[in-house]
Amino acid sequence: MTAPGKDQEDRSGRIETKNTTCYMCACRCGIRVTLRDGEVRYIEGNPDHPLNKGVICAKGASGIMKQYSPARLTQPLKRKAGAERGDNAFESISWDEAFAIMEKRLAKIRGTDPKKFALFTGRDQMQALTGLFAKQFGTPNYAAHGGFCSVNMAAGMIYTIGGSFWEFGGPDLDRAKLFVMLGTAEDHHSNPMKIAIAKFKRNGGKFISINPVRTGYSAIADEWIPIRPGTDGALLLALNNEIIKQGLYDRDFVVQYSNGAELVNLDEKNSEFGMFVRAEVPIEEGCFDPENKLWWDRNQNKAVVTHTAGCDPRLMGEFELEDGTPVKPSFQMLVDRLKEYTPEWAEGITGIPAETIRRLAHEMGVTARDQKIELPIAWTDIWGKDHETITGNPVAFHAMRGLAAHSNGFHSIRALSILMTLLGTIDRPGGFRHKAPFPRPIPPCAKTPDHPSAIQPNTPLDGMALGWPAEPDDLFVDDDNKPVRIDKAFSWEYPLSVHGLMHNVITNAWRGDPYKIDTLLIFMANMAWNSSMNTSEVRKMLNDKDENGEFKIPYIIVCDAFQSEMVAYADLVLPDTTYLERHDVMSMLDRPISEFDGPVDAVRIPVLPPTGECKPFQEVLIEMGSRLKLPAFVDKEGVRKFRDYPDFVTNYETEPGSGIGFLAGWRGKGGEKFMRGEPNPNQWKMYEENNCVYHYELPKSFQYMRNWNKGYLEWAQRHRLTRYAEPINIHIYSEVLQHFRLAAQGKTTGKQPPDHLRKRIETYFDPLPFYYEPLEVQTTDKNKYPLSAVTQRPMAMYHSWDSQNAWLRQIHTYNHLYMSPTLGKQGGFNDGDWVWVESQWGKVKCMCRFSEAVEPGTVWTWNAIGKASGAWSLEPKADESRKGFLLNHLISEELPADASGFRFSNSDPVTGQAGWYDVRVRVYKAEKKGDDVSLPQFDAIAPVPGQQNKRVKWQAYFAGRKKGA
Amino acid sequence: MHPAFSVIFLTTLIGVGQGLFLAIYTGEVYGTLDLLPAQSHNFYVTGSMLALIFLVAGLVASFFHLGHPERAWRSASQWRTSWLSREVIVLPAVIGAILVYGLVHLLGLKLTLFGFNTGLDNDLSLILGSGGTLVTFLLFLCTGMIYACIKFLKEWASPLTVINYTLLGLASGFLLAAALAAILAPALVQFYVVWTIIITISGLVTRIASLVRNARLKPQSNLKTAIGIRHGKIQQRSQGQMGGSFNTREFFHGAPDWFFRNIKWVFLVLVFVVPVILISLAMGNSGFLILVVAFVTQYIGLIAERWFFFAQANHPQNLYYQTVG
Amino acid sequence: MSQLALVIDLNVCVGCHACVTSCKEWNTSGVAGALSDDRPYGEQPTGTFFNRVQTFEVGEYPNTETVHFPKSCLHCEDPPCVPVCPTGASYKREEDGIVLVDYDKCIGCKYCSWACPYGAREIDEHQKVMKKCTLCVDRIYDQNLPEAERKPACVLACPTSARLFGDVHDPESVVSKAIREEGGYQLMPEWGTQPANHYLPRRKTRIQIHMDELVRADNPLKKEGPTVKPGLDEPSLDDVTSW
Ligand SMILES: Nc1nc2c(c(=O)[nH]1)N[C@H]1C(S)=C(S)[C@@H](COP(=O)(O)OP(=O)(O)OC[C@H]3O[C@@H](n4cnc5c(=O)[nH]c(N)nc54)[C@H](O)[C@@H]3O)O[C@H]1N2
Ligand SMILES: Nc1nc2c(c(=O)[nH]1)N[C@H]1C(S)=C(S)[C@@H](COP(=O)(O)OP(=O)(O)OC[C@H]3O[C@@H](n4cnc5c(=O)[nH]c(N)nc54)[C@H](O)[C@@H]3O)O[C@H]1N2
Ligand code: SF4
Ligand code: SF4
Ligand code: SF4
Ligand code: SF4
Ligand code: SF4
Ligand SMILES: [Mo]
Repeated sequence: MTAPGKDQEDRSGRIETKNTTCYMCACRCGIRVTLRDGEVRYIEGNPDHPLNKGVICAKGASGIMKQYSPARLTQPLKRKAGAERGDNAFESISWDEAFAIMEKRLAKIRGTDPKKFALFTGRDQMQALTGLFAKQFGTPNYAAHGGFCSVNMAAGMIYTIGGSFWEFGGPDLDRAKLFVMLGTAEDHHSNPMKIAIAKFKRNGGKFISINPVRTGYSAIADEWIPIRPGTDGALLLALNNEIIKQGLYDRDFVVQYSNGAELVNLDEKNSEFGMFVRAEVPIEEGCFDPENKLWWDRNQNKAVVTHTAGCDPRLMGEFELEDGTPVKPSFQMLVDRLKEYTPEWAEGITGIPAETIRRLAHEMGVTARDQKIELPIAWTDIWGKDHETITGNPVAFHAMRGLAAHSNGFHSIRALSILMTLLGTIDRPGGFRHKAPFPRPIPPCAKTPDHPSAIQPNTPLDGMALGWPAEPDDLFVDDDNKPVRIDKAFSWEYPLSVHGLMHNVITNAWRGDPYKIDTLLIFMANMAWNSSMNTSEVRKMLNDKDENGEFKIPYIIVCDAFQSEMVAYADLVLPDTTYLERHDVMSMLDRPISEFDGPVDAVRIPVLPPTGECKPFQEVLIEMGSRLKLPAFVDKEGVRKFRDYPDFVTNYETEPGSGIGFLAGWRGKGGEKFMRGEPNPNQWKMYEENNCVYHYELPKSFQYMRNWNKGYLEWAQRHRLTRYAEPINIHIYSEVLQHFRLAAQGKTTGKQPPDHLRKRIETYFDPLPFYYEPLEVQTTDKNKYPLSAVTQRPMAMYHSWDSQNAWLRQIHTYNHLYMSPTLGKQGGFNDGDWVWVESQWGKVKCMCRFSEAVEPGTVWTWNAIGKASGAWSLEPKADESRKGFLLNHLISEELPADASGFRFSNSDPVTGQAGWYDVRVRVYKAEKKGDDVSLPQFDAIAPVPGQQNKRVKWQAYFAGRKKGA
Repeated sequence: MHPAFSVIFLTTLIGVGQGLFLAIYTGEVYGTLDLLPAQSHNFYVTGSMLALIFLVAGLVASFFHLGHPERAWRSASQWRTSWLSREVIVLPAVIGAILVYGLVHLLGLKLTLFGFNTGLDNDLSLILGSGGTLVTFLLFLCTGMIYACIKFLKEWASPLTVINYTLLGLASGFLLAAALAAILAPALVQFYVVWTIIITISGLVTRIASLVRNARLKPQSNLKTAIGIRHGKIQQRSQGQMGGSFNTREFFHGAPDWFFRNIKWVFLVLVFVVPVILISLAMGNSGFLILVVAFVTQYIGLIAERWFFFAQANHPQNLYYQTVG
Repeated sequence: MSQLALVIDLNVCVGCHACVTSCKEWNTSGVAGALSDDRPYGEQPTGTFFNRVQTFEVGEYPNTETVHFPKSCLHCEDPPCVPVCPTGASYKREEDGIVLVDYDKCIGCKYCSWACPYGAREIDEHQKVMKKCTLCVDRIYDQNLPEAERKPACVLACPTSARLFGDVHDPESVVSKAIREEGGYQLMPEWGTQPANHYLPRRKTRIQIHMDELVRADNPLKKEGPTVKPGLDEPSLDDVTSW
């Protein structure tokens, strides 16, 4: 130790600085890692990175403690013979043995019934590779975390505006004047969101947060609107109602850029009832939305083909076509729908005074209307019309899981997308902006197979494992209309489950419904803890055996970097590297880190060698792909094509000669091309020299109105971001949903739902958004369970994986249940007391904390702070397990059985989005016992071989030189 | 504040030492003035020794408070501004003075050695003792001021802190002197006992005064000024860390509520009531045992008193550390 | 004389703790390091941090403000922690006003911490010396760093740029301007410590809509009324009266 005041950082030791990309969360900031004598001295935000511009977050700055955590797995492990799953009893094995085990097992499955291999991945960001592997293997049973995360957000918006929040788009806070944030605590876009909000506030914008809880971002909102959980749909519908009633919508925008003026067939006897009337215009077939619909021209007072030059279509009214067909513009249908959704009605549901709802609508509408932005940027629309300027209405929204994680979220988010559309804020300055590769056609092109015949032994899957159904015939069901996928995605139960339903995989596999699988490979997901609902039961299922004493889920492989709760349930454990030790890509084929102004992708380049025997999962997949001779990984002779993952990334093309690969930057022999071009042997080098990021800035005239921007759409087509350069009109009225409804009503010729699902499809596939109570709430005795229970992400912790971090866990060591003090008064308990929180599914004992910053009908806690005893290399008595708790024990992955005894997933009936925030609870005082600990408790598990399990009393990290402890 | 036992022992032990020295020196002065029978050197030597033992024990205890005792010497450097530094200088001076004083008695040294003849047997020790008295009082002042000068701790920031500390040190020292006298100078017992009672009762008065004062204290800082937000209802939701920090360990007593509430009565009884009753009994006869019991009781009481002194002090920094969340 | 300081904007701080851990990582391997952690994987983990972010709730539901409140040493202009230090280990630098501890002189008596009303000092329980925010004195003058990065670690980290850094004695500095223009204030002014660090209060933006702004000539609803004209042969006054 030297005395400070010498002013200079001690530069002794060998100092190196390397750029890479953070992965302490999915935000993926650019970081600069400084090493001293080969150890991490510090990690800082890379000032030259477009995403985070030099800032870093609490997690990112704690990367040192992640890298050197004692919870690191360092050797491949095999469950000890005779040990139960969950015991965490392993012996270490060599990689050779691990590969041999997997090869034998997987080759056999692939040669017989590939769907018996299921690959599900959690908070990863390499779906380009994992998805490719699954497809090549031939299994449909693949998905990432999206289904339990925020698929409602993706689907609700993409099926409406062709893009979405999440990684695909966001609020343009540089230019917005009013910013409304709903149900967001931390978001995927952590650092950029923080940068943007602060700037927005400094520029004098008004920030409104709609959230039952006031923490984090909501804390600095100019106005906080507490709302009852699960009721945003009602609020948004009422806002739409008031906006239209006052004439505050952007008529030109709605007319030109949405299907609001398109005429809907209202002839009930017609099989096209509720569909748009088609005009006879020659239309090229494709997965876009063809322009063969009609408007009602107010000048000529007759129907004309949409976007006919010089016509002024009506948005409201009722008309009759020449053949007598009654029609209405879909906007009129929206108006009709919204009639009952008055602010007074919404007040009763949301708890927000009608006056406030009206005022909000007026603030939004008047700001949008009167503070128009006009940028001197000329552009041409897809219909060929030149525009002198880009205009925008400066009202921006952002929403995340507070809307998404409810079983009525899809329709709430549709209502939000429509509100944004009415205000004229889609891909315009000051509103919502897309990020490449969005916008995409509604729905996007990718489709899953529609029949089990797509699955054949030793053959890649014929189609994508995940896709975007446009009509019932796109569903992935068998001849009996039954699900083909283990998670029942794309079945009649959850037709638009575009991200799968990972939260049901274990339960379904355990039950053998729709069939039994053999091997479950879980990568980077803690399914024995926080990414499972009904966690206690799921843990039992993972270890459950049939009459013959065989595991119901025969084989479980887990690839993790840490000793998580899930690892304990594995038969085979693959120790992954950390983000500082591996190559990675943030690919345009997955979810890149694009900016509003153009595509951005990024890479990770190791700054440290792997610890112990750790091996990047990417390398495992390349190795396995080669061993199993999956076509993408071997040449015609069956010889391995790629040396390793970096080699794969450099040379892989989606199709031979396609010029499309994992990375978009510096393609072509000498790196002179982008997006598309031959493999460049020096591509990694070029990323390395450029802060590990490739940022293509679109010409200004391509940066806005991209759904209809000729320049952009053609650019995207040329660079193969999309196949079609067709307009992407906003679906205020969703024909896709109506199509499903018609099928449910038996009015179509294609696939139709089984009878017991007809009613459900008919109800929830409403072409216009509507409000209903979340499904679980509908099945709950609300007198008995009057409170909503939700979780939030703390900014300084990532899911369950940061308790192994000695610095971060000091900030969140355990969690309380936050609630209004009125609950304590009613229940006779005090701040800090132990309470029971009970849902219809079970109960959890925890400590309460009173708060004035929570809607009184809601209780909440930080997500996944509580841990199972002994996991994460924590001492068995660590506060995480003794005082912390996991709310997931109270949340069921399935709804109560319906009349026929059938149990649906606890999910949105349209998208299969997990209904995390629908659970209803009651809270009551826990009688005092001597040694109070949270309940349920689980038997402590011991460290695994290869884990540094010395229990240090204290430590003092000093990079490179002397060590404490 | 968190009561640190090293500091409790430091302050109580040196208090006894200082008080004891002052007691025997007072006895000597009285003797010189013929108000009391003069005593043998033995009494003064033993008394000084005993005082030194207490002082050195206190000094040793203080080292336990330091993270780096090997650097303790550095702490004498800031006497211009720091009462702690001053204490660090004065404490050895007191030890030195008492040591010399004791040596003078041990060797029977007189001023005649230096060519002066005062006709007094103990002229040299009288002069040195008066110097010792000065530094001893200075030490009381320094030690007291270490606490009293911290304006943020309003319970301490009062002359009463110095006065109480001085009186309690004196009381315990005089009481120990009485016990010592019971063996070596029975004639002085009565004298010491009376003074002990007087000082103890004065201490009681000033200690109660400080209790009353402290009970009436209005904190100068509150959450409004601490975070700069003017609002009647502010509550901390999180202090930023959950497993505690230096700020939650050093500035909170951490004892159960009932303990804190009762300790005040405990020390009032042990420091004041019991000793006064016991020594009143001892007044007539030279009850060594009673006096020792009284001293021990009072000393235990003083430890409780110091504990309470710390625990009661409410540091404004605590405003920032109220809620784990 | 200059006085370097942080100005913390409570109007934008979202309580993310980036400043907390970036401070820890910078300092643990720097001149102040290593900053120890006790029971890092056990019960009640605790450690030495120079900066903490706290949360306060102001008001009652539904009129609640949640305030995230970062706090580190405020580098008082009249720092009470300095004169009490018996060793001179605590000192305030003449040239830039930074209050520092010389770890080689500190005896770990903790006395200075008693004299800080803000709870800004922390003993390192293993090195046994008092530590606190150094204002990253080992960064801000480091000529090896690009000029733009010669700022405290926490300032560079903060995603909302809620932490401004500069010389509060220079009226033209960003910090002085912010204090002047945004109503910057000091903590516990009652003690006269004159903290150099300042805080900027919450500022509210409101939108005022007058009912008459809702009605405008170009209200699109006007376009949606029926334009169907009655037929010429439908009855009208023309047929029944004559003037
Ligand atoms: N630091 C950190 N960052 C993360 C993560 C992490 O674990 N830690 N996780 C990442 C992941 S995977 C995801 S999915 C994102 C999620 O990012 P967010 O969507 O921001 O995450 P949640 O914490 O689920 O936030 C939900 C918010 O919605 C509120 N809410 C709940 N129900 C309702 C409701 O009915 N209506 C409204 N209006 N609000 C409601 C809750 O109070 C909470 O504030 O964050 C990502 N970023
Ligand atoms: N109650 C409740 N539960 C929720 C939510 C909620 O809001 N409330 N949110 C849900 C949402 S949105 C999500 S996305 C899920 C997230 O749930 P999960 O995806 O399960 O996320 P984690 O729990 O962090 O688990 C990720 C696993 O990856 C491991 N890991 C970390 N780094 C690496 C690495 O580099 N390589 C490998 N191989 N493994 C690594 C971690 O150790 C951990 O075991 O949680 C869901 N669960
Ligand atoms: S936001 Fe996420 S990616 Fe960015 S620094 Fe923090 S942890 Fe890393
Ligand atoms: S904040 Fe505390 S430690 Fe910092 S200078 Fe002021 S008094 Fe000293
Ligand atoms: S702890 Fe160190 S810096 Fe503080 S007063 Fe004591 S010697 Fe000075
Ligand atoms: S200025 Fe440096 S030492 Fe002080 S809080 Fe910030 S990072 Fe920590
Ligand atoms: S880094 Fe900035 S926003 Fe985050 S807690 Fe610190 S001051 Fe607040
Ligand atoms: Mo998520």
